[in-house]
Amino acid sequence: MLDNNQLLRFTTAGSVDDGKSTLIGRLLYDSKSIFEDQLEAITNTSKKKGHDGVDLALFTDGLRDEREQGITIDVAYRYFTTPKRKFIIADTPGHIQYTRNMVTGASTANVATILIDARHGVIEQTKRHAFIASLLQIPHIIVCINKMDLVDYSETVYNNIVTQFESISSKMLVTDVRFIPMSALNGDNVVNKSENMPWYQGAPMLHTLETMHISSDINKVDARFPVQTVLRPQREGFIDYRGYAGRVASGIFRKGDEITVMPSGFTSKIKTIDTLEGELTEAYAPMSISITLEDDIDISRGDMIVRSNNKPEASQDIEVMLCWLNNDGAKPRAKYTIKHTSNEQKAMIKEVIYKFDISTLERKEDDKELKMNDICKVKIRTTKPLMVDAYRENRTTGSIILVDDATNETVAAGMIV
Amino acid sequence: MSKYYLNYLDELESEAIFILREVWAQFQNPVILFSGGKDSILVTHLAKKAFYPAKIPFPLMHVDTGHNFPETIQFRDNIIKELGVDLIVGSVQDSIDDGRVAEEKGKNATRNSLQITTLLDAIEANKVDCAIGGGRRDEEKARAKERFFSHRDDFGQWDPKNQRPELWNIFNGKHFQGEHFRAFPISNWTEMDVWNYIKRENIAIPSLYFAHEREVVWRQNTWIPNSEFLILEDHEEVVTKKIRFRTLGDITITGGDESEADTLEKIAAEVAGMRNTERGNRSDDKRSESAMEDRKRQGYF
Repeated sequence: MLDNNQLLRFTTAGSVDDGKSTLIGRLLYDSKSIFEDQLEAITNTSKKKGHDGVDLALFTDGLRDEREQGITIDVAYRYFTTPKRKFIIADTPGHIQYTRNMVTGASTANVATILIDARHGVIEQTKRHAFIASLLQIPHIIVCINKMDLVDYSETVYNNIVTQFESISSKMLVTDVRFIPMSALNGDNVVNKSENMPWYQGAPMLHTLETMHISSDINKVDARFPVQTVLRPQREGFIDYRGYAGRVASGIFRKGDEITVMPSGFTSKIKTIDTLEGELTEAYAPMSISITLEDDIDISRGDMIVRSNNKPEASQDIEVMLCWLNNDGAKPRAKYTIKHTSNEQKAMIKEVIYKFDISTLERKEDDKELKMNDICKVKIRTTKPLMVDAYRENRTTGSIILVDDATNETVAAGMIV
Repeated sequence: MSKYYLNYLDELESEAIFILREVWAQFQNPVILFSGGKDSILVTHLAKKAFYPAKIPFPLMHVDTGHNFPETIQFRDNIIKELGVDLIVGSVQDSIDDGRVAEEKGKNATRNSLQITTLLDAIEANKVDCAIGGGRRDEEKARAKERFFSHRDDFGQWDPKNQRPELWNIFNGKHFQGEHFRAFPISNWTEMDVWNYIKRENIAIPSLYFAHEREVVWRQNTWIPNSEFLILEDHEEVVTKKIRFRTLGDITITGGDESEADTLEKIAAEVAGMRNTERGNRSDDKRSESAMEDRKRQGYF
């Protein structure tokens, strides 16, 4: 594996029937990422269950309850590596009652893979998956038109589905969409190019994942550094050292840059950018570093260091696309803890502007009750300003979660509009 | 602009450092669970990076089963001295002597599951609110659904169906008195990533990982090391083989592979070509299909 190999995170959403587990099993199997003892285990289970051959879908079975019920309940993370890249799959269930899991899996993904059964074309579930991918601003979408073996590998069927999908995606905020006709069961166009579909000129799925350009997925323009903690070594050689530790959220910081600390507004210059290996002249997202400044300023966790000529908005009133994640719905005008980067404040949902009907993708302005899996646009008021960017420009400084102080549970996730 | 991206190892490192700093910022009294295995050594190495130039601001905690490889204990004591951090030891022998747990009987008896009680007692006695572990999601299917910040109730139990959702890089470590968290900074690393990184950073690891001559017994399809704790069956024979260990657990249950890999380069090459999973030689995981899940629910690492 080469030293400059990148990490690509992708999400798969799908239900039991559309072949999602088979697709993942096929990717892992054909890329030789399944070990012999794992293969032996699923071969035995396949026999016990009376399947013909090895059921690759069994490879993604997780918890005991899931194995017994034959469904995926939670997000499962899977890993494989090829000579070109390392991959992390966030494997999520596709049914409507698991919207929250899909949103969770999508939050860190570079690529969303959406599965379509070629026999059924674009269905309600496809729309929902595309909607979640656009809501979470996943930079790339791969539409896998699966089970092509069951429609005689027909180019016409494929073209019709592409047209159907484009008619819904054109109304959403998605930029890079690719279509791949495949049969995960037989291995067509997953890792190996299909001989059954000579009319398809594109690359198989794995090659697409290996070569797709992802370096621009992170915002390189707006320099944002949320302070996680302050390092004060108090030991010889570092008596007066005061380092601000954190992970660059976006953009690039260089030694000597003029910076502003938010929300205080104090300004200074970057004196050093430190790591255990030594000083750096520049640091970019998503590097974890420690910054020292020319001036002694009072800075603590929750503050944000930004370049003085490009600041986020400091605001106590934000509009958010909210996904409700908890079994208990939102209480009217209830107070929550809002977490945004390393910052934490109290917050109140002031108003539900509208709710999405996730099946029809229509807005509902009369139903304002927030229940599990609901997606809605809300107005939130915080006790102190948050330093925010719009989510579509910055996934790190544009996202929040709400925590219920009565239970300490994470009850909602939001994208700042 | 094309050079402004991290390679996969740098990205994994940065993510782990971020998690370690979040733990420090969100908890009062965290510890690193240190077994002397490569994963906990890696987490400790990453903690060194996360807080440099300060030293690691929390202690290491070792759950000592008493059935150790002597090399592991030696290694542990050296690293404590080098880092200048405190060590907390929870002793399974003490738990047995106090009547908190009973020793398993029979030839394949292990102290593996006894560790759960000792671990939870040590967490409670030291008022630990976050125990940082070297667990990885690729190790075992029950771990594939583990969170970076994993909530435990006041009995130390894990409820896989009631896990907090984790989105983006926002981690919620809020908890009530008596509850604690487990944090897993290297969740997204695979065994191969760990070895590639250890090689790159030239991290010191116990000699047991390198091929060496050792007295062993062939049992359950693996080479179990001879030790004072091993009860031989009549048909079993102690032989000397050149082996290395792929994971380190108790000396009674950790099987070795025949190997010639005596450098980090050779180990990484060997791991890359392996066709069985890492825990395939751990008899604790072979007990049933959900052996790991069941132990995790009770509070295992």
